[in-house]
Amino acid sequence: MLNDSILSLITFVPTAGAFVVAFLPRRGKVIQWFTLLVTLTTFVLTLHLPAHFNYGQTGFQFEQDRAWITSPNIRYHLGVDGISTWLVVLVGFLSILGVLASWNAISTRTKEFYFLFLIQQTAMLGVFVSLDMFLYYGFWELSLVPMAILIAMFGRNRGPQAAIKFFLYTFIPSALLLVALLWLYSKTGTFDFVETQKFLSQYGALLSPQALWWVSLAFLAAFAVKVPVFPLHGWLADVFSEAPTAMAMVVAGKLGLYSIIRFNLGLFPEQSRQIAPLMIALAAIGVLYGALVALVQDDMKRLIAFSTVGHLSLILLGIFCFTVVGLNGAVYHVINHEFSGAAFLILLGILYERYGTYEMSKYGGLAAKLPRMATLYIITTLSLIGLPILNGFVGEFLILSSSFGVHPGWAIAATVTVILNAGYMLLLIQKVFFGPESHLVASHPHSDIVAREGFALVPAAVLMLVLGVASPYWIRTIDTAVSRLAQNVAHVTSTLTTTIAEKR
Amino acid sequence: MGCVHVISLLPLLIIAATSVVVLLAIAVRRNHAAAFGLTLAGLAAGICSTFFTPPNQATQLLLMDRYAFFFMGLLMAASLFIALLSYGYLAAREARREEFYVLLLVATLGAMTLTASSHFTSLFLGIEILSVALYGLIAYLRDRSLPLEAGIKYLVLAGSSSAFLAFGIALVYADLGVLDFATVAQRISSTQSGSALGLLIPGTVLILVGVGFKLALAPFHMWTPDVYEGAPAPVTAFVATVSKGGMFALLLRYFSLSGADRSPRLLLVLSIIAIASMLAGNLLALFSTNIKRILAYSSIAHMGYLLVAAEVSSRLGVGAGAFYLVAYFVMILGALGVVTLLSSGERDADRFEDYRGLFWRRPVLALIFTAMLLSLAGIPLTAGFLAKFYLVAAGADSHAWLLIFVLVVTSTIGLFYYLRVVGVMFHQPASERLVPEPLPRRTPAVSVVLVALSAFLIWFGVFPSPLLRLIQFAIGKIF
Repeated sequence: MLNDSILSLITFVPTAGAFVVAFLPRRGKVIQWFTLLVTLTTFVLTLHLPAHFNYGQTGFQFEQDRAWITSPNIRYHLGVDGISTWLVVLVGFLSILGVLASWNAISTRTKEFYFLFLIQQTAMLGVFVSLDMFLYYGFWELSLVPMAILIAMFGRNRGPQAAIKFFLYTFIPSALLLVALLWLYSKTGTFDFVETQKFLSQYGALLSPQALWWVSLAFLAAFAVKVPVFPLHGWLADVFSEAPTAMAMVVAGKLGLYSIIRFNLGLFPEQSRQIAPLMIALAAIGVLYGALVALVQDDMKRLIAFSTVGHLSLILLGIFCFTVVGLNGAVYHVINHEFSGAAFLILLGILYERYGTYEMSKYGGLAAKLPRMATLYIITTLSLIGLPILNGFVGEFLILSSSFGVHPGWAIAATVTVILNAGYMLLLIQKVFFGPESHLVASHPHSDIVAREGFALVPAAVLMLVLGVASPYWIRTIDTAVSRLAQNVAHVTSTLTTTIAEKR
Repeated sequence: MGCVHVISLLPLLIIAATSVVVLLAIAVRRNHAAAFGLTLAGLAAGICSTFFTPPNQATQLLLMDRYAFFFMGLLMAASLFIALLSYGYLAAREARREEFYVLLLVATLGAMTLTASSHFTSLFLGIEILSVALYGLIAYLRDRSLPLEAGIKYLVLAGSSSAFLAFGIALVYADLGVLDFATVAQRISSTQSGSALGLLIPGTVLILVGVGFKLALAPFHMWTPDVYEGAPAPVTAFVATVSKGGMFALLLRYFSLSGADRSPRLLLVLSIIAIASMLAGNLLALFSTNIKRILAYSSIAHMGYLLVAAEVSSRLGVGAGAFYLVAYFVMILGALGVVTLLSSGERDADRFEDYRGLFWRRPVLALIFTAMLLSLAGIPLTAGFLAKFYLVAAGADSHAWLLIFVLVVTSTIGLFYYLRVVGVMFHQPASERLVPEPLPRRTPAVSVVLVALSAFLIWFGVFPSPLLRLIQFAIGKIF
């Protein structure tokens, strides 16, 4: 019984919470406590999914399929598979971190903030659980609106500009996505993902290959902007430096990457294989570019933005290798990177709350004053660098090892950047926490991590270790969905896939 | 003409009678509230009458079918809302307020005639009733220069466009000897041999000019921004909705009559007009900093979108067009309702400055306005999104890919200027002292209606099925 409606429950608990928030008084921390309660509830609900996940079953689970609009044929169809299950849990967990990170950082207009924050949760969860493509599109577009408003309202200096940039960047390709969806609908007569997939695999050859190519390109472009993939990343740095921490945590990465895996690989395997060389090249360039630009940033938020471009490009590399290992690594790295990146952004936010600047050069010698914060910073940094036994290592290793078999040249370039990653992250740590005490640090009172921040960050740090050591537990779930997908896409590279899978 | 015919004209009769009653009431004694009350009662009775009046072909001129009743109901509901808006608006500005309602009713009557016409004579009749009343409405605030200027501009342009229309109708009549839509549409679309004197095509083009002017389609859109800006805000709402809605209902009916086999030349001309309107509306709005002008350009673009529906007028197309029109009515009335409420006694609130930080002063109004603008832009969960979606789906059904492409691209361009307004509203003033002049007094009735419109907006955006069923029921007969 619960299995049928659990996904609706997960998706719409935040919305219900948002409407309660709209009527709460602005006194004290009422709104914060209530939002925390809502996010905790959502998170506990999401844990139902892995707990009752059926490993033997391929395809989608926890499905709910109801009629919604009869003409055109649009259904309310939800469901998750091994890929989306953990992403849903991830969104649930990050939302708690988001509330804790905004606890003091958002001091004015709290009601507006938490209302939009919760709507944003619903939109993101909806993207991961929708199996009707119209429904999916609705959530996808919806996820842009609260984000843009929040960036405009809470931007540091140039909020509105960053918001409009973000919106236009992401919305124009999304509109073309709608045209592509409608084209598919006019051929298949359904918006249902599963049925469309079946139709395309059976009758895809009957459709005009040129039209299919354009349609798959429209899908890919919409998602690639949202990731963002290398030449389309123009919005990211501005959004990162303007958006409040809780929003910067979730703006990039998982939505776009998940959609690429789900739709481009799922619906258009043939076209994806054709475009793979280009995507792999862009991914490798992105990895290198992100690291190199991050190396010269002084603003730590911009630094982390470019580092994010690098990491996301690495994931893209894993996806377009079309091996089971690479895809496993890609999905796992999405989770890990979102997670560690979020933790790092929270840490940056904490620093900003205390000292009022993101400029690295103004800091120095913090480690002696704030030992606990320094510890957390270093653990998160090591996780982002990809140190073995921490979570970042697993995904990176899987992606790189599988890509060597497929495209050694690009793989070497990407691997070299691992060193660069370590370079700029450690440089940041060194500048901020070690060396002589700077004027800024000396002139401010010191307060180390407080209980609320610890409540968010210590479990995160522990999880980084757990995710790094016990990766098979998660990958087992992801593997159920990914292996079928990889079979679909890459019969060309099948020999390689099996050999690597056997080794593992 | 039998008794049955008269009964089926009931909605028209009620509105016509109401206008006379209001006129007589004014002659007896001037009372704003009384004129207002009578108008509301008449419009409400008219709306009710559309539900049970038996459909019928009332004379050769008027086809009172369910399609006509549906649009009449829509037009009267819009007029009702505009009357509500005008009450507070006029009370603060004008000494002689009562005739406004007479003009409003007469103009509504003209638009309603259009929805029912099946003959070029009733088309001309409807347009003239509508236009003549509109001259008065636009220039109703006589002691101000902007409305007067807008009124004269509209008078001159509408007058000349009526001349085009009349001339076109005359040419068509000279050629075919008939004026009812069904025959004319059939003769235009069938073959060239239908034309005896070769006057059919010039005649059609001239008629198209007249219609294009009324709908503010490019390249006949020049008057729109000036009239929208100059007219009092409630009248702007009337021009944007009732006047265009009636004309559009007629256009949809005309094209549905000609069916699938339409003249390719006419289709080409319409495609060019639609594309030009979408481009002109959305691009010109980018450079405007006046809210009323932005809404004017936006309405040009929306008429372009709607023309796509007229062009692909399969059953799907007409349904999509009707849905779009309902959504458009809701959004434009909502948006201009907010503008009216914010207008002070001296001038209408049409500058960006009037909206800066609105959210922090009047959160509910700002949220309503935001919802309306997002819906105009076509963001999911709003009626505007589904409406656009149905349009694109209808276009895809008849493979009008170029039109769809332009529609999608221009509507994303359109996003930019809607968002700019939203951004201005959410912009927090640098300090609290920046709060401008005291806001005009609140009018609870209008606020309630505005909230209801927002509710409709979301409702149609999430559960369109009831509205779709109603539309299917209404257009069932014309196919």
